[in-house]
Amino acid sequence: MAVSRTLEPPQVRMGPGEWVRKNLLSPWYNALLTIAGLWFLYEVGRGLAVWALTQARWDVITHNIRLFLVGQFPPDQVQRVWLGLLLSSLLFGLSGGLWSGTMRQFAHALGLAFFVLAFLPASWVTRGWLIGNLAAILLGYGVGAWGRGSPRCGRALRYATIGGWLLFFLVLILLLSGFSGSRVLPRVEASLWGGLLLTFLLSLVSIILSFPLGVLLALGRRSVLPIVRLFSILYIELIRGVPLVTVLFMADIMLPLFLPEGLRIDRIVRAMAGFTLFSAAYVAENVRGGLQAIPEGQIEAARALGLNGLQTTLLIVLPQALRLVVPANVGQFISLFKDTSLVAIMGLLELLGIGKAVLANPAYMGLQREVYLFVAVVYGVFSYAMSYASRRLEIALGVGER
Amino acid sequence: MAGTEDIIICEDVHKWFGDFHVLRGVNLTVRRGEVVVICGPSGSGKSTFIRTINRLETHQRGRIIVDGIELTDDVRNIAAIRSEIGMVFQQFNLFPHLTVLQNITLAPVWVRRWPKEKAERIARELLERVGIPEQADKYPAQLSGGQQQRVAIARALAMQPKIMLFDEPTSALDPEMIKEVLDVMRDLARSGMTMIVVTHEMGFAKEVADRIFFFADGNIVEGGTPEEFFSNPKEERTRRFLSQILTH
Repeated sequence: MAVSRTLEPPQVRMGPGEWVRKNLLSPWYNALLTIAGLWFLYEVGRGLAVWALTQARWDVITHNIRLFLVGQFPPDQVQRVWLGLLLSSLLFGLSGGLWSGTMRQFAHALGLAFFVLAFLPASWVTRGWLIGNLAAILLGYGVGAWGRGSPRCGRALRYATIGGWLLFFLVLILLLSGFSGSRVLPRVEASLWGGLLLTFLLSLVSIILSFPLGVLLALGRRSVLPIVRLFSILYIELIRGVPLVTVLFMADIMLPLFLPEGLRIDRIVRAMAGFTLFSAAYVAENVRGGLQAIPEGQIEAARALGLNGLQTTLLIVLPQALRLVVPANVGQFISLFKDTSLVAIMGLLELLGIGKAVLANPAYMGLQREVYLFVAVVYGVFSYAMSYASRRLEIALGVGER
Repeated sequence: MAGTEDIIICEDVHKWFGDFHVLRGVNLTVRRGEVVVICGPSGSGKSTFIRTINRLETHQRGRIIVDGIELTDDVRNIAAIRSEIGMVFQQFNLFPHLTVLQNITLAPVWVRRWPKEKAERIARELLERVGIPEQADKYPAQLSGGQQQRVAIARALAMQPKIMLFDEPTSALDPEMIKEVLDVMRDLARSGMTMIVVTHEMGFAKEVADRIFFFADGNIVEGGTPEEFFSNPKEERTRRFLSQILTH
């Protein structure tokens, strides 16, 4: 009997010239398409480059950069925003030092961004803050990397960092809004928050709150208790049947009518509530899809081992279901991030709203292209960061599957 | 091997799926340490029957008493009984997001409240016993079917159950892996575990079972010791079934 030998798989090597010939130039009509495509790209690229470098008036961005970033936040209080950013830099640095992977890449990207920005023409105060942020990242990174090396301090440092992130949002909101009567942190009305700062606050708060709410609604929709199930179904279908603009409109105009006299909820908080309630319904349907994908046998095995219903849900069903719906949920959060521009109907000026406000200034008439391109690039960068993180998360969570 | 004390008592157990009468008054008593094999055509209700014993299915009439506790809607009774009964499924049902070791230690840690070190020590002993100590840190998807089923047996044994239920444990396995699972079950039977096994592995039944029952149309048709059952089946249905699976 012949002994079968293990053979190496056949090697397919292709030089760049061969690759181009095979993929771009053959048969002849592909060559034509390639040439036409290259010509088109060249024309568009050249037009864009010429316009951006010689004709565009980027001063509309540089002169109004403070408006774009923080809106009408009082200029003499802007250091509070910087301080908040400094805190997040420190946390990013710590996380990057403690954990390898996505967090580390984000820390690197952020550090690089601060480094590059520090070379741009800006006031020395601004430059000082930028360098301070860079220093905060480096400091955090150093401490984190040291903690990673020492097993005893590492664990404590990890918990401290996670706790720091959880506390961060609370601290940030207190830092920004301040206290009435305080001399160190005088009150800044939330209606003055704007620009990218507002975009961030609205989307982060809504994402963080709508996720657990959505998971609860999804579980509620599959509950055996009829009232819980009915409530969840009603809520989800009601919210999904209504456009986001309407939800925001309700939160802005209708809600105050139902509240008792004297109780006023800040407009920004109303917007956050609107986004959270809206997004939760969509998260719930995503998560329900994941829950339904878990085979009945998993639940039976857990019950047969003696786990109770809560343990089965928390230890067996949710961990599997949530990792299945990471792409769908991140998609939902990216669209939520972009949808924050709808708060314009409530009179709040986030990034896009500020852009419109700037364009309304007669000094900047006709500069729509510059402003909207800038806004689009900012949205694009952060949306891409989210979808990149999502892809990394999928890979990290996919351990052992298939 | 079998003791004298009855550990499972089923009296007149009925169940319906909608209008379909799945279990039609099953009576079965199992003594401590006894190995009982149940065979029968698919759709006869044998899986449903053993699933009523740890209440994965609820019975609608009759009584089931396990280790002195009657199965009712009382949640505490069900929890108490489930932690005394281990179950092995046809499709393994390992938790794919947990490693082999985590699969085995999950229930001891969360239900028995053992410290993690103790649970892991016992888990490693069990993996040794089922012959795959080197797979502890792998995920289920990285194992062969036979290895997965052996992990599932170790997972059930980790709760130190008094009774083990096997629901067609080798039906989803490739032929060359059936033996490794049956070997583990054979050792378990010899160690004095009370076992109810739904299977078509008649070789295993002949060798290991104290009693074997033929199940059809929602009830036990006949049963007895393997010698009686195989050499002298009384009912025509049993004879037909045996001739089909033995000559096949």
